[in-house]
Amino acid sequence: MKKLIEIIKLKKDYYVGEVTVHALRGVDMVVNEGEFVAIMGASGSGKSTMLNIIGCLDKPTEGEYILDGISISSLSKNDLSGLRNQKLGFVFQTYNLLPRTNALDNVELPLLYNKTVKTKERIERAKSALESVGLSDRMHHKPNQLSGGQQQRVAIARSLVNDPVVILADEATGNLDTRTSYEIMALFQELNNKGKTIVFVTHEPDIARCATRNIIFKDGVILRESEVKDRINALEMLASIPLEAD
Amino acid sequence: MNALLRNKLRAFLTMLGIIIGVASVIAMLGIGQGSKLSIQQQIAGMGLNLVTVVPGSQQRGGVQFGASTMQSLKETDVAAILSDCPAVLAASPEVRGNGQAVFGALNWPTSLYGENESYLQIRERSVTNGRMFTDRELSSAAKVCLMGQTVVKNLFGEGADPVGQVIRFKKIPFLVIGVLDSKGLNTFGQDQDDLILAPYTTVQKRVLAITWVQSIYTSAVDSKSTADAATQIEETVRRQHKIKASDQDDFTIRNQTELLSTFSSVSNILTILLGAIAGISLLVGGIGIMNIMYVSVTERTREIGLRMAIGGKGFDILLQFLTESILLSITGGIIGILLGIAASKIIGSTMGWPIVVLPSSEILSFAVCTVIGVFFGWYPARKAASLDPIDALRYE
Repeated sequence: MKKLIEIIKLKKDYYVGEVTVHALRGVDMVVNEGEFVAIMGASGSGKSTMLNIIGCLDKPTEGEYILDGISISSLSKNDLSGLRNQKLGFVFQTYNLLPRTNALDNVELPLLYNKTVKTKERIERAKSALESVGLSDRMHHKPNQLSGGQQQRVAIARSLVNDPVVILADEATGNLDTRTSYEIMALFQELNNKGKTIVFVTHEPDIARCATRNIIFKDGVILRESEVKDRINALEMLASIPLEAD
Repeated sequence: MNALLRNKLRAFLTMLGIIIGVASVIAMLGIGQGSKLSIQQQIAGMGLNLVTVVPGSQQRGGVQFGASTMQSLKETDVAAILSDCPAVLAASPEVRGNGQAVFGALNWPTSLYGENESYLQIRERSVTNGRMFTDRELSSAAKVCLMGQTVVKNLFGEGADPVGQVIRFKKIPFLVIGVLDSKGLNTFGQDQDDLILAPYTTVQKRVLAITWVQSIYTSAVDSKSTADAATQIEETVRRQHKIKASDQDDFTIRNQTELLSTFSSVSNILTILLGAIAGISLLVGGIGIMNIMYVSVTERTREIGLRMAIGGKGFDILLQFLTESILLSITGGIIGILLGIAASKIIGSTMGWPIVVLPSSEILSFAVCTVIGVFFGWYPARKAASLDPIDALRYE
């Protein structure tokens, strides 16, 4: 199986005034193509730092990170931007949609920074991304006209539109109720079944059980790594939650 | 760009600074230019193209006898100037006499000017009633005259038609054949309508009994060639008077260029002053844009973080904010220019000021707006571009 993400002896230090914070103290980790990995851990365990580095938003202090065969430590800021645009899709806890901008324009956004995509193709791809998250009838709605779950789906469509090798989700269900959380997880599972590789940060154990593999961080190192045995099928879970339960 | 449409009121208020700045620049420069032009026109009304030849001062045994005391200018000089000076359009000899004009029981002290038929053209005057004297009347020294409005008023009463009447000037009867247009006071407060105009031959032979002329008035082909005309006239008259290269002129040439340049420099200072005041308001408008762009960058920190996370490079972000500020300033500039033109028209028509909006001041304001957009947009845009995506995404 192809290694999409390979992390070798990775360390990350922050300098806050004169104090050095060791956020990551030597992490080795591999994510293969087609995996659905959930990263877990308490606050301050280093999981967010890890995701920032996987997302090429930050560079490691020490160690090696190879994304889809490219070592990122030698890349410039602009190269990293290009890499994020081509290879990665981001889903955030707070959705981060542009306000007063309709769903279609929001989804088109990553392609605006890809000069090889022409206007017509861009609109086509944005439309099909919205269709794949089941929002083809909400294309011209603005974020404030959409529910939280719908907004997160627009954000997922946005992360899909550039056909990334990995989708990175940072507490993507953190702002949603249980039912909507499983709706989103069902969508992720569906995407994963179609072959998308997903790395998901969460602190909810139930949500983590939707993934295929869990990695638990503690104090900047990997505490435990395990395949999920009793994986939750989010769709079945959804059916078991009564509608009025929320 | 959508960000501007998302915040229409704020965008408009931001532009307002630029709009007012540009509009006032346009209007102020318009007022400045207008006053300059009207001064130019007034001087041109006195004969901007006018080049005057007066006799030099007489000198006998080292004693100077005051200006224009020589009797050196002749009719033949006029003819020579007309034939030898290409920069001269028209020329008229002038002889003057002061005296009492009498009609019936009324009389009025005035000046009698003897001129040729080019007078109207040189002095930019016209005949409102009646006609100018003819070549035949000129060559036969006919006793005909035209009157200024002041003389008409004092000899015939307001609004009366003197054409066809006979008046007396120094006991010599003159048939009134026309009335000159009213020009009012000139810049020096002289009444330009207080005169009687007659053929110079008549004045020379029948009134003053002289053979020389007191001065020669010429008109250059245009205001720019007055200097050329003066040089050509000097050469021609020197040749006419057979003056040796080593000797001084026995005449003096005057033109209005100096007067014009004095007035022009005054109104130039006025224009600069008004423009500077307006420019300050434009600067304030620019600072307004900078302020709003800073607010906008802070407010949209998360958006910037997101744009960076999904692949926007620093340069893309810089360009985005720079485009917004330039768009703001240019739109403001265009509205300001239109408003400035409208304001100039309104001021011009209500206050009766002459206002001239030059295309150059429009282009200048537009260019300044673009520069303001870039200059005041640069720092906020740089701030946006230099944000760290991780911090920006977490920004509350």
